[in-house]
Amino acid sequence: MAGSNPNAKPMDLTLKVWRQKDRNSPGQMVTYPLKGISPDMSFLEMLDVLNEDLLRKGEEPIAFDHDCREGICGMCSLFINGRAHGPERGTTTCQLHMRHFSHGETITIEPWRAAAFPVHKDLIVDRSAFDRIQQAGGYVSVNTGGVPDANEIPIPKSIADKAFDAATCIGCGACVAACKNASAMLFVSAKVSQLAMLPQGKTERKTRAENMVAQMDIEGFGACTNTGACAAECPVGISLENIAMLNREYMGAKLTSENVAS
Amino acid sequence: MNWFTKTFSSTIGRKVIMSITGLFLCSFLVIHLIGNFQLFKDDGGLAFNVYSEFMGHNPIIRTLEIVLLLGFVFHIYDAFVLTRRNKTARPVEYANTRPSENSTWSSRNMGLLGTVILVFLIIHLYNFFWRARFGDIPADADGVENLYMVVVESFQQWWYVLLYVVAMAALAFHLIHGFQSAFQTLGLTHKKYTPFIQAFGYAFSVLICLGFAIMPLYFFFFF
Amino acid sequence: MILDSKIPEGPLAEKWEKHKFDMKLVNPANKRKYDIIVVGTGLAGASAAATFGELGYNVKAFCFQDSPRRAHSIAAQGGINAAKNYQNDGDSVFRLFYDTIKGGDYRAREANVYRLAQVSVNIIDQCVAQGVPFAREYGGLLANRSFGGAQVSRTFYARGQTGQQLLLGAYSAMNRQIAYGKVKMYPRTEMLDLVTIDGQARGIVVRNLITGQIESHSAHAVVLATGGYGNVFFLSTNAMGSNATAAWRAHKKGALFANPCFTQIHPTCIPVSGEYQSKLTLMSESLRNDGRVWVPKTVETAERLRKGEISVNDIAEADRDYYLERKYPAFGNLVPRDVASRNAKLVCDEGRGVGSTGLAVYLDFADAIKRDGQPAIAAKYGNLFEMYAKITDENPYERPMRIYPAVHYTMGGLWVDYNLMTNIPGLYAAGEANFSDHGANRLGASALMQGLADGYFVLPYTIGDYLARLPYDKVSVDHPAFKEAEQAVIAKNNQLLAINGTRTVDDFHKALGQIMWDYCGMARNAEGLTFAKQEIRKLRDEFWRDVKVTGVNEELNQTLEKANRVADFLELGELMVDDALNRSESCGGHFREESQTPENEALRDDENYTYVAAWEFTGVGNEPVLHKEELKFENVKLTQRSYK
Repeated sequence: MAGSNPNAKPMDLTLKVWRQKDRNSPGQMVTYPLKGISPDMSFLEMLDVLNEDLLRKGEEPIAFDHDCREGICGMCSLFINGRAHGPERGTTTCQLHMRHFSHGETITIEPWRAAAFPVHKDLIVDRSAFDRIQQAGGYVSVNTGGVPDANEIPIPKSIADKAFDAATCIGCGACVAACKNASAMLFVSAKVSQLAMLPQGKTERKTRAENMVAQMDIEGFGACTNTGACAAECPVGISLENIAMLNREYMGAKLTSENVAS
Repeated sequence: MNWFTKTFSSTIGRKVIMSITGLFLCSFLVIHLIGNFQLFKDDGGLAFNVYSEFMGHNPIIRTLEIVLLLGFVFHIYDAFVLTRRNKTARPVEYANTRPSENSTWSSRNMGLLGTVILVFLIIHLYNFFWRARFGDIPADADGVENLYMVVVESFQQWWYVLLYVVAMAALAFHLIHGFQSAFQTLGLTHKKYTPFIQAFGYAFSVLICLGFAIMPLYFFFFF
Repeated sequence: MILDSKIPEGPLAEKWEKHKFDMKLVNPANKRKYDIIVVGTGLAGASAAATFGELGYNVKAFCFQDSPRRAHSIAAQGGINAAKNYQNDGDSVFRLFYDTIKGGDYRAREANVYRLAQVSVNIIDQCVAQGVPFAREYGGLLANRSFGGAQVSRTFYARGQTGQQLLLGAYSAMNRQIAYGKVKMYPRTEMLDLVTIDGQARGIVVRNLITGQIESHSAHAVVLATGGYGNVFFLSTNAMGSNATAAWRAHKKGALFANPCFTQIHPTCIPVSGEYQSKLTLMSESLRNDGRVWVPKTVETAERLRKGEISVNDIAEADRDYYLERKYPAFGNLVPRDVASRNAKLVCDEGRGVGSTGLAVYLDFADAIKRDGQPAIAAKYGNLFEMYAKITDENPYERPMRIYPAVHYTMGGLWVDYNLMTNIPGLYAAGEANFSDHGANRLGASALMQGLADGYFVLPYTIGDYLARLPYDKVSVDHPAFKEAEQAVIAKNNQLLAINGTRTVDDFHKALGQIMWDYCGMARNAEGLTFAKQEIRKLRDEFWRDVKVTGVNEELNQTLEKANRVADFLELGELMVDDALNRSESCGGHFREESQTPENEALRDDENYTYVAAWEFTGVGNEPVLHKEELKFENVKLTQRSYK
């Protein structure tokens, strides 16, 4: 079977990939030559090809996270040629195609680097810190049942749309990976903003902002220095405005909430 | 820790302190620049010396001086604490990284720029502030301490002029990112006003630093 | 074995109300004495885990992904149905029920589907209360659209990411319970066996995917919300990790597997581009609202097109065959998924397919762009067009999209009664993992509805009824039944690791997928199915002789994970073929070439096949035993579907 572009020539590549046995072992970059890669392959399919080769040779394949391969689950990661999710903007690694690389190119592939994202193996990192931040307050406290009719509270379309824009965060961690401080502010701000904008989330906006930021700091992420790298590399285009809103929400909460203990 | 210390030792709290102190220091730059423009008055430095004398002895100014000092201390202290935190947040560096694809050079080098400014500040304070306050500077025609002469003499040395120009360039880059960044940190963003703040910040940074840089160059080349 | 569906007595509309009253309740103070295991954290699993936690039960939730938020429900694009009738266009609970039953080609239970339509309205309320940002009108009220050919606008949506927003809502509800300590989450943990004691489900054996540790967890009830088995076909719109292992291993422990041959092939997917292809990407079928499906009229034109001698835009209007509009003037391009898919296959089989592989048809927006202007089309489908361009490197504004059907959803699954309990007491199945609501074909925007209905509004009631009859006593994981199951899991892993053959797991998986696609895909016949059965058996034998699994168990070993899943697919695939062979009628997504109308439409055989085929496992390589649950239709009249 040929690709969608029958004229696309297969490429030869050199991969430099981070290999690390487990969390406690040291790792190093390992070089793999790769031949005959179709430009229509996705980046992860290119890695599949390499892994099949390695397996046939009896070598350990490269471990990497991936699941939906549609750019929505947020499971894939990879720091490719110095960029989170590779050279294309607004794209997850699974949606990145080899046509954006050229024949003979050397491609470096590294895991996300952050103290809060320790490496499990090769290119797989532990992003459970993100879950713990969400558990600290990324929800509206309603039990199942007993809620008002969905149309009882009208929400202006512009607000609903803005909340949706924030809510599209896929939790991949590219913001942390791209930030020179390994800061998670964009991730945290997306959820805080989404819920602070909606009437349903407003009730708990203060405790939410306080608790999620506190957890973010506990997890060991760096501070935001507003370089904008996170938003530039975010595959779903979460805006920096959310960070401004988080700052506002957090300081507003801290200065006006009745929580004096912390 | 109570809520207050917790708030201002959080990453956001520290950044807020840096923003407020940073903007405060910006206002100081404006005052400082306007005052120093008296150097250009063609009166052999008399007006400048009167101004310096006033600044050195007025009780309100002396009080504000302490506030200014605190501004610097908090700005620098929190910068130091956050920078250390940010370094530990990524213990293993990338082998290959291309930050220029996603951010400006100045935004990534605020610490470096700040350090250059700090070194400059120490030399600058020693040379002018320290000597004016505690040193023994001869009087001018009106019997006022002739700080003007110290300025003129200092700016005859090429390395000193160079230091000033480099430091002002660093300050310009520091402010280009810092000014608008402060508004972002304070949450003061709006679709209508943010573009203006950004443009103003840029112009402010360039003009202020240009203003300061002109002084050593003026005395070096035209005196 | 007699299959008791436990459908409550009484008129259809009152069954659920009555049943809710008849069910036993667990005293609030006693709920904390019961433990529930939930496997899978998609819409059904996360919503169930959250609600169980809210009620006071102790919940342990498991997912194989690194976070519960990654479950593949997240990828659903189109929307979620609910009989809210906000649009005042004639919708009602009964109409949603009727459409679902009819869409499923009369192979689903009336009572279950009616309940689904009833609780659909509560789902929307719940999600809005959680902060799910559904699309809204300028007046601030919720927007709806018509979806998948429905005659009413009952679909709620959040741009093309409805599944994501609903899942994140359920995830947030679960997070709240995790924070309260009522739910304990085990990510990167895969269920490898079900443990039954005295015939009741009492726990599971899992593998920690980071350390390889085999662990047991005991509970009073186990809920499997582990999704469908579309990845039997290797290429599907499922996530790479989607698998049937939990459900299949429960099946091997005695749970019946119902209607395994009912698979849904989605018509609008991006075609395969090469052998390296790892998965297929679906594009929302809302595209068919404005796109026109066509292929060249003649094989000659198609051939020239495939060779690149002519370009698509060179083909004159008169040489194009808008085959759906031609064959189904009433529904045109909006015929149900199974009809659209089958027709795409038909024209490609005739040699009129396009693209370099010949396995694609065009979905053309030129007329819509001419009519409404490019900005209007971009506003509706911009993100889909972008996605298409990203993957294919072609601009769909300038040339028609190429699409082809792909395996998308599996209507079959573990057999459950009205309470969503399998035939193993204490073992429940929810969402795509059960067979219950979609019959032989699922309507668009109904999967999300069913997942959340099961998790938020059905299981929390029905599981209480079961637990209320159960003593509080916990079973220790040192019980011999757990030890035995652990040993079996360890032995299986060791066996896989010891083979050290020459073919990779993916190799086998692709081979299986090819067999399934060719003989148990969009069109099936007895001869092909019989052949496929033999081929699968051969492949399975070869797998256990020649598969290569590197590494050891005591580490993060993705090859071993895959090997376990593919080993199960190799058994499940055979059951699908058995089921397809048994059901010699055509219905919904199951098209038997032997059973068609003179116009080549699916022909049901209501006299002989109005039943659920529930299969009992009797050992690998042995013939499974068929149990029939007769379907009774008291509220709808069975008609042959017609979309002419």
